[in-house]
Amino acid sequence: MQTRKKKFVSSPKSSIRVGTGAGFSDDRIEPAVDLAERGKLDYLVFECLAERTIARETLTRLKDPERGYTPYLVERFQAVLPACTKNGIRIVTNMGAANPLGAARAVRREAKALGIADLPVAVVTGDDVADIVRRNPHLPLMENGEPVESLLPRMASANAYLGADVIRDALATGAPVVMTGRVADPSLFLGTMLHGLGWRYDDYPRLAVGTLAGHLMECAAQVTGGCFIDPGKKDCDDAVNIGFPYADIQEDGSLVLGKLEDSGGRLDVMTCTEQVLYEMHDPTSYITPDCILDITDVEFAQDSRHRVRASGAKARPRTPTYKVVVGYHDGYIGEGEVGYAGPNAVARAKLAEKIVRERLRRRGFTYPEIRVDYIGMSSLHGMGEGRPEPYEVRLRIAARSPDRKAALAVGFEVRTLHVNGPSGGGGGSNAIREVLAVKSILIPRELVRTSVTVEGAR
Amino acid sequence: MSVKVYDLGHARAGDKGNTSNISVTAYDERAWNILREQLTAERVMHAYSEIAKGPVTRYELPKLRALNFVIENALGGGVTVSLAQDMHGKSLSFLMLTIDLHGQS
Repeated sequence: MQTRKKKFVSSPKSSIRVGTGAGFSDDRIEPAVDLAERGKLDYLVFECLAERTIARETLTRLKDPERGYTPYLVERFQAVLPACTKNGIRIVTNMGAANPLGAARAVRREAKALGIADLPVAVVTGDDVADIVRRNPHLPLMENGEPVESLLPRMASANAYLGADVIRDALATGAPVVMTGRVADPSLFLGTMLHGLGWRYDDYPRLAVGTLAGHLMECAAQVTGGCFIDPGKKDCDDAVNIGFPYADIQEDGSLVLGKLEDSGGRLDVMTCTEQVLYEMHDPTSYITPDCILDITDVEFAQDSRHRVRASGAKARPRTPTYKVVVGYHDGYIGEGEVGYAGPNAVARAKLAEKIVRERLRRRGFTYPEIRVDYIGMSSLHGMGEGRPEPYEVRLRIAARSPDRKAALAVGFEVRTLHVNGPSGGGGGSNAIREVLAVKSILIPRELVRTSVTVEGAR
Repeated sequence: MSVKVYDLGHARAGDKGNTSNISVTAYDERAWNILREQLTAERVMHAYSEIAKGPVTRYELPKLRALNFVIENALGGGVTVSLAQDMHGKSLSFLMLTIDLHGQS
């Protein structure tokens, strides 16, 4: 491990290459392996936390204190650790979810099984602010201005979006792997630049570049042809093997995105333009824990077939608060589906809906919200005007209830249509799920205490 | 002569809480002029009226030849609680592309 330590603790470079290993918790695994093996990367960043993932994993951890990290953590590390170790690539990830320490231990176990005797993992903690939220019940919810107090009895988790400074500090330990819980997606990437290029945390022109890079890369294939293809209209090469992006960032703040020459997909001005506006509201004010990014003057230029240059990002100083996502229990959703085809299919589906509603009413169940979808007609864009009736249609009924029994009854009454409903109803299915809802608050930075510890020999 | 947004530009939808944002990027300068002039927040609100309560805010990005529409109260209460199948509203970008505009700016 001595050689590794030397390799990783190095003075800032003039240029680094950062790749994306995953854009969400269930993302494909092969593109990360390709980048680790052939991408000449310095860093590989896996972004795996959706808004409610931590709430869900907090519940998992309650059942098993060793768990509470994201699904596929083991599979991802198994897949990329050999190439990352061989090529000296450092891994940064928020796969720790509700249990970064447990995740670090799991990674170290996997490393050992792969023959890496002692893989140090830097663990970032402090994003879990549930206790702080409980002590500050007056803090207003961003959604409706009401105090967070009303959610406290049902609260499952509260995590602050930490910034790039914690990633920088974790990388400074020299550990090859950095494991975190909630860190803002672009910050995971920016942190590698703060460390690798020696950027200062108050150098806003550079923070703008790094935040833009992170924003473009955080959803992995979404910038390289994923979520883009429309056959015959917007095509791309080898859609099966869409590659994940990397970025070359120079110390002076120049930024070029790239992908492997032999990977599928496409990386051009069109894919970058779609992705830079993804989940963007006011383009002058994209707020992260590190800065307020302004993309109004961003421009893209094709450098070569698989490379796009990005310029024009600006940033203003960061806000004095961290955004916190509060996860809380919000009852159950029950649903059921059944399909109809051929003559009068839609009329039979509509009768089925009526029957289910009435059977639920007679059993004494009421619901704050019921949703009926005619899949094939109206489930995605509503009924619209003058839409033709389809040959086949699938009825879906979903309803929310604080009462588990009432939620279960929805799928039950759809399921019984097979035998007790209109003619030719087939392929019934039903499901129930516990709802973990999320709302947001802002908390003053000074209330949050972050720390970095290293699991493993140092 | 009418023209669909589908023939003028491409779109992508993103989600945050109960808000959907949908970008429309013009294929060329002529398309950009039509989109900028005619694809107003009001026009978009009308197209999404069955799905979203609104309001709709439009942002212009001339350097990217793109419009960004922020449509509030659009995702059935939010991704985590929505009863919809497409709780992220990923498919909503293609509703934008069905909007009819005039072919001349």
